[in-house]
Amino acid sequence: MPGKDAKPDSKKSTPPVQVKSLSKSFGKQVVLKDISLEVGQGETLSVLGRSGTGKSVLLKLIIGLHKPDSGSIRVKGEDVTKLKLKELNEVRKKVGFLFQQAALYDSLSIEENVAFPLRRHSNMSEEESRKRVRELLASVGMEKDAHKLPGELSGGMQKRVGLARALALEPDILLFDEPTAGLDPITASEIDDLILRLQKEKHMTSVVVTHDIHSARAVSDRVALMRDGQLLIEGTFEDLQKSRDPFVMQFLNGS
Amino acid sequence: MRFFEWFGNLALFCGRLIRSAVTPPYEIREFVHQFDELGSKSLPLVALAGAATGVVLSLSTRDSLIRFGAKSLLPAVVIFSIIKESGPIITALVVSGRAAAGIGAEIGAMKVTEQIDAMEASAVNPYKFLVTTRVLACMLMLPLLTIVSDFFGILMGWAANTVAEPISLQLFIHAGFKSVTFNDFLPATLKTLVFGVLIGVISCFQGMNARGGTQGVERAATNSVVLASLFIILADVLLVRLILVFFS
Repeated sequence: MPGKDAKPDSKKSTPPVQVKSLSKSFGKQVVLKDISLEVGQGETLSVLGRSGTGKSVLLKLIIGLHKPDSGSIRVKGEDVTKLKLKELNEVRKKVGFLFQQAALYDSLSIEENVAFPLRRHSNMSEEESRKRVRELLASVGMEKDAHKLPGELSGGMQKRVGLARALALEPDILLFDEPTAGLDPITASEIDDLILRLQKEKHMTSVVVTHDIHSARAVSDRVALMRDGQLLIEGTFEDLQKSRDPFVMQFLNGS
Repeated sequence: MRFFEWFGNLALFCGRLIRSAVTPPYEIREFVHQFDELGSKSLPLVALAGAATGVVLSLSTRDSLIRFGAKSLLPAVVIFSIIKESGPIITALVVSGRAAAGIGAEIGAMKVTEQIDAMEASAVNPYKFLVTTRVLACMLMLPLLTIVSDFFGILMGWAANTVAEPISLQLFIHAGFKSVTFNDFLPATLKTLVFGVLIGVISCFQGMNARGGTQGVERAATNSVVLASLFIILADVLLVRLILVFFS
């Protein structure tokens, strides 16, 4: 029957991240106003905007750390705004999040940080999980520092470990909050390379929030530019470059 | 208005804590770690504070009792007051200074550096992992620390008395415990379970609500100590009254 065949097909084509008419305020401050976005399977979308325009809040809404005032957010088809904590946690296991300051647990060693989600959400034996942690740390070039504490690492190194931790449960979707902020240009491009490699090797769907135009150009398939909590323009980099909007031009050229 | 809001939020926090505490999975490893940490770090302080209280009690009661001509009652008075009141309250206040500040600062720092968000994002409930384990550790550790404090208090109370007038420890204990019953010891020691809960809940609550960088962490740590100590003293008034009603 055609109807039966169409069902899995339509599920397959459902974008992993769908945001519809999303609004969020903190007190009187409106942070996001009527945002609608879609990120396709294996696609990388960068959300650009000046600092403090609610970009990080968007990521936290996607993973259910905040509740929106209105609108819906579907992650892998599930509306995270309506889920109970238990169901929400099931969705969260499929999503990796790299925080702006890496947010490593500072009482745990690098190794324990990466093992933290594994210990709780996988049935791996101690030996298997140790092996997996070593692989993850090696993939971000941090295997030598496994026994150090986060406080002993530089910002760039912390980001690498944060990335390894975000990848621990083999997520389908990755969310990056300012992955290159506060890093020198060389370290920043190393992080960009890591993100690109992940896309190539694992075909992950990612949302990158950034104000770093070079980083966005390097890693993204599509970009969305935000201004005052609203989505100003969305498209490929070429589309943005064609725009005559003064804000878009200023943002792209930095002057 | 903010006063009521604070209590409302505290009540919600306690609701979440209880729900997290009774539903699996249980974070036993983290609980054991916290229990061990709290015990080993507070033990020397508690022993010292208990010992000092014993000395002070012994010296000052001795003076008063001599005036009333009731010197032979000294061991009983010292042991009675340590077990019934000064042991538990001194222990609770010392631990509140040591542990409440530590927990408030630690969780506060985790909050402002997004570590709590990171924990939630990786599908781990921070109320289960951080809050429940610490509250339980404080609750169960306090009676044990109180016993340690009582022990050192009585020992040093005897030592201080012996300097003025030699008396064997055996005789001191024998004379002291003659009139002390189990009903004096048990409720007074078990009331520290409540003090432990207060220390754990208030410091975790302050930490989880920390906001705004290092200043927020500092505020969380200070408020944890101040509020925990205050609530302990207020709760003690209530508990002493209740114990008198039920155990006398």
